[in-house]
Amino acid sequence: MSVRTWLEERTPLVAVQEAIDHKSVPRHRYSAFYFLGGMTLFFFGVQVVTGALLLLYYRPSASEAYESVSFIMTSVPFGWLVRSIHAWSANLMIGAAFAHLFSVIYLHAYRKPREVTWLSGVLVFFIVFAFGFSGYLLPWNELAFFATRVGTNMPAVLPGIGDHLVYFMRGGRDVTGATLTRFFGVHVAILPALTTALLAIHIALIQYHGMSVSPSEEGRVERTGKPGPSMPFVPHFMLRELFGWTVALALLAGLSAFLPWELGRKANVFASAPAGIRPEWYFLWMFQALKYAPATFFGMSGELLVLVPVNIGVLALILLPFLDPNTARSRRIIKVLATIALIFMVAMTALALRGGTA
Amino acid sequence: MLGIWGVGVVASVVYPILRFLSPPEVAEDSTQEVSAGKASSLLPNSGRVVPFGAEPAIVIRLAGGELRAFTAVCTHLSCTVQYRDDLHQIWCACHNGHYDLTGRNVSGPPPRPLTSYVVNVKGDEIFLSRKA
Repeated sequence: MSVRTWLEERTPLVAVQEAIDHKSVPRHRYSAFYFLGGMTLFFFGVQVVTGALLLLYYRPSASEAYESVSFIMTSVPFGWLVRSIHAWSANLMIGAAFAHLFSVIYLHAYRKPREVTWLSGVLVFFIVFAFGFSGYLLPWNELAFFATRVGTNMPAVLPGIGDHLVYFMRGGRDVTGATLTRFFGVHVAILPALTTALLAIHIALIQYHGMSVSPSEEGRVERTGKPGPSMPFVPHFMLRELFGWTVALALLAGLSAFLPWELGRKANVFASAPAGIRPEWYFLWMFQALKYAPATFFGMSGELLVLVPVNIGVLALILLPFLDPNTARSRRIIKVLATIALIFMVAMTALALRGGTA
Repeated sequence: MLGIWGVGVVASVVYPILRFLSPPEVAEDSTQEVSAGKASSLLPNSGRVVPFGAEPAIVIRLAGGELRAFTAVCTHLSCTVQYRDDLHQIWCACHNGHYDLTGRNVSGPPPRPLTSYVVNVKGDEIFLSRKA
């Protein structure tokens, strides 16, 4: 009895094989956007592998974290590469997730019946940011310390619950070793567990519904009365995807080799924030917007001028499929709003990159 | 009946987890006075950040020689401030907040002034203490 026959008798291998054989991907002018989700998944896979490797040497305490990362980078064979790939892949994953999110918005792929696919995806998107925020502190360097101090202090402006939230996030009144341990637990256990569950739902629903086709492409099919062209998932789409992943791996290797991720100076809780300090690129837009916020606004904290619209935007993003009645007009409005948000974020990021702080 | 059982099981699992996630309250820092180093090594028009209990404090010697001290925690988003000898101001690098030499927030996003400390010099040692 062959291994295949043995497996076929004990698992739904035949059904899976049939599903794969029949799976196809629509071909149209926006087909390239279908690769963005897979690209995000690839970088996530890299994070899981390199993160697991880093765990073998990393020590999550204020007195040892920096030294252990330094040890990884200087003494462990290929430690510099693993750590650099982890850091670069985190950034590229966020970039890919951003591109995936905006492509889904522009193509209106969130519309019925894909609301749950959207919800699971957008939650993973925010979890990716939580990964970035919690992971940033783990080397316990100067930049990470102040970025975490700023980031965890933001909820303090919320009336009533603000101080409790700050205390909860930090594991105490200030950013200390307790915060580091807390962030470590969140980064390596809680967030991966949530991500795995949500990704499983997200990917299962994509298989269930198939790839979404934009309303304009749907209209074209309706007008012509013929189904649009498609390609088999295996091997045509899969090979293209694997090619993309290979390019991404080469890019990661190149970035890590030629622009290795700096460790910086060890955090000193009693040192001043250094000049030129700024967060990672994906938080720069908010960092810059906070600089422009006035100290107070009608008796309220000026930060609320930034934080309230941002939170409304986040809520609107989560509820997008339920807010969009899916008419030609509403779809146009969504595109315009997404473009304004994108321009705002790019402009703020450019200003932050260009300007000094003094 | 099944619902009550379910709620009971879920609550008995979730409640301890939620309580576990909330860090226990620790006593407020009760430090009243700290040493801020040698007075002779703090030159005019310069500042020094020192620990005051669990928080940083900044002690500044003005160009005229007078010593002043404040909490070094920016009232905006709690970064640690520094003295800018070119501006004669206290400055927060995180979001470009400026305070004058009385601790008053004068530009940028900080919403409140810095709390000041009492400065005493005994021999050549600077001591900072909380205001009564």
